[in-house]
Amino acid sequence: METATINNNFKSEEYFINMGPQHPATHGVLRLLLTIDGEIIKKVEPDLGYIHRSIEKMCERDSYQQIVHLTDRMDYLSSHINNEAVCLAVENALELEVPERVKVIRTIIDELTRISSHTLWWGVMGMDVGALTSYFYGFRDREMINDIFEETCGARLTMNYNIPGGLMQDIHPNFVKRVKEFIAHFKTKLPEYDKLLTGNIIFQKRTKGVGVLSKEDAIAYGASGPVARGSGYSCDVRKHHPYSALDKVSFNEALHTEGDSYARYLVRIQEMWESVSIIEQLIDNIPEGDFKVATNAVIKLPKGEYYQKVETARGELGVYIISTGGKNPHRMKFRSPGLSNLSLLNHITVGGKIGDLVATMATIDIVVPDIDR
Amino acid sequence: MSYFSDIYHGIQTLLTGMGVTGKYFLNSRKGAITQQYPDNRDTLKMFERFRGEVVMPHDENNEHSCTGCQKCEIACPNGSIEIIWDRQVDPETGKKKKMIDKHIYHFGMCTQCGLCVDACPSDAIKWAPNFENAVYDRSQLTRVLNKPGSKVRAGVE
Ligand code: SF4
Ligand code: SF4
Repeated sequence: METATINNNFKSEEYFINMGPQHPATHGVLRLLLTIDGEIIKKVEPDLGYIHRSIEKMCERDSYQQIVHLTDRMDYLSSHINNEAVCLAVENALELEVPERVKVIRTIIDELTRISSHTLWWGVMGMDVGALTSYFYGFRDREMINDIFEETCGARLTMNYNIPGGLMQDIHPNFVKRVKEFIAHFKTKLPEYDKLLTGNIIFQKRTKGVGVLSKEDAIAYGASGPVARGSGYSCDVRKHHPYSALDKVSFNEALHTEGDSYARYLVRIQEMWESVSIIEQLIDNIPEGDFKVATNAVIKLPKGEYYQKVETARGELGVYIISTGGKNPHRMKFRSPGLSNLSLLNHITVGGKIGDLVATMATIDIVVPDIDR
Repeated sequence: MSYFSDIYHGIQTLLTGMGVTGKYFLNSRKGAITQQYPDNRDTLKMFERFRGEVVMPHDENNEHSCTGCQKCEIACPNGSIEIIWDRQVDPETGKKKKMIDKHIYHFGMCTQCGLCVDACPSDAIKWAPNFENAVYDRSQLTRVLNKPGSKVRAGVE
């Protein structure tokens, strides 16, 4: 009898809290509605709309040259790759062949962008599980890439370096030298990442077996990028549908089959090594030639529908254009990797602890402006 | 037994990590990328291509090379450039010619995309590397790029 009353008094109840939209662990303005029972998560509902700028609608107003700069502001950590997606879609529609030089430069900068995004993610990932040191080391290495971008493209994040038909300007004379310096530097730093975080016992305990996503679910939720590859689903657009100079290089697709947070972490670390190897294969062989081909000042796409996909640092970005033959698209749609990847957050965190939600979310690596366009 | 080996292994991984941080602690000056801004204002040099703000260079005769062709205005995705122009009599040829009255640049709306500078056929506008642009009032961000009394350089078409 007595025990029954005690249990009654300590009866736990489900309750609801908000995480975000102003929360450092949500990496931007994302609001999560959490239903929790003590520390156990019962339901996670992402609530979007805090950074919606109607980019797709703005595209219907802009010319094809102008659209490119809007994509900088979606996934700002892969801005060059986003730009490239639009440019490739327009170039394919116009059946425009860009010079080899452009293709190689684009691929080098793509991979630098991927490294810079992954180093930032690595730093923040460490911070989300409580290791502040990694944050500084990640940002230190990213700074060198940002300097390269600033020197060649003119900006650190919103580079807008691609234009339909090529590049806005040729690479800076220091570009090759600086990239080589960075690669040499980064190759000594990546093993430090492993020493600091990958092998760390606390980090492993926080990530191994947490947030497990099966391969079937990854496919069902439309996951892409490192999230899907951590579950053993081979989906690298660079491998399956090579674009720009990617058909000239050899690299391995990073794949792990465990599907937990740790596997997603390892995929990204391995991707950094692969990106380093891609850059090394290309940097000495940038072909001579023009940095752009002339297009009409007013670009009009032939009537029809065009789709182009690329692999950003977060997964598959699709650009879908419906043209009625005018100077603006009739409809423009972006298939962003972040939205599908976020949609599986509920599935992989339910039943876990609230502290693990932050760590799991870090391994999904969301960028909110990409989700909320 | 695995209890003790776990502890041993755990401590070992922590020490490996601390080895890395310890190395940087002892060589803290080497490889530091922190800039002592704003104390380093005098020596701070931005990269030449850095897109800070759009300016219109004038030469010593207060002449610029903007012909008022409005290509930058058309290229701008968000209407940050407004050109007010009229046809004035060119004193040399005696013919009426399109000339700018005001080249208005709304810096507060500019996204630094670079399309205007790329579009200008006579290189009349270029990027300046200023980045300290905080002001107290929005209206201060609307700038007239051509200086008062300036005119287009002879020979620029
Ligand atoms: S940089 Fe871009 S947004 Fe700014 S004025 Fe030029 S075209 Fe317009
Ligand atoms: S700044 Fe250049 S593009 Fe703009 S109106 Fe003058 S000449 Fe034409």
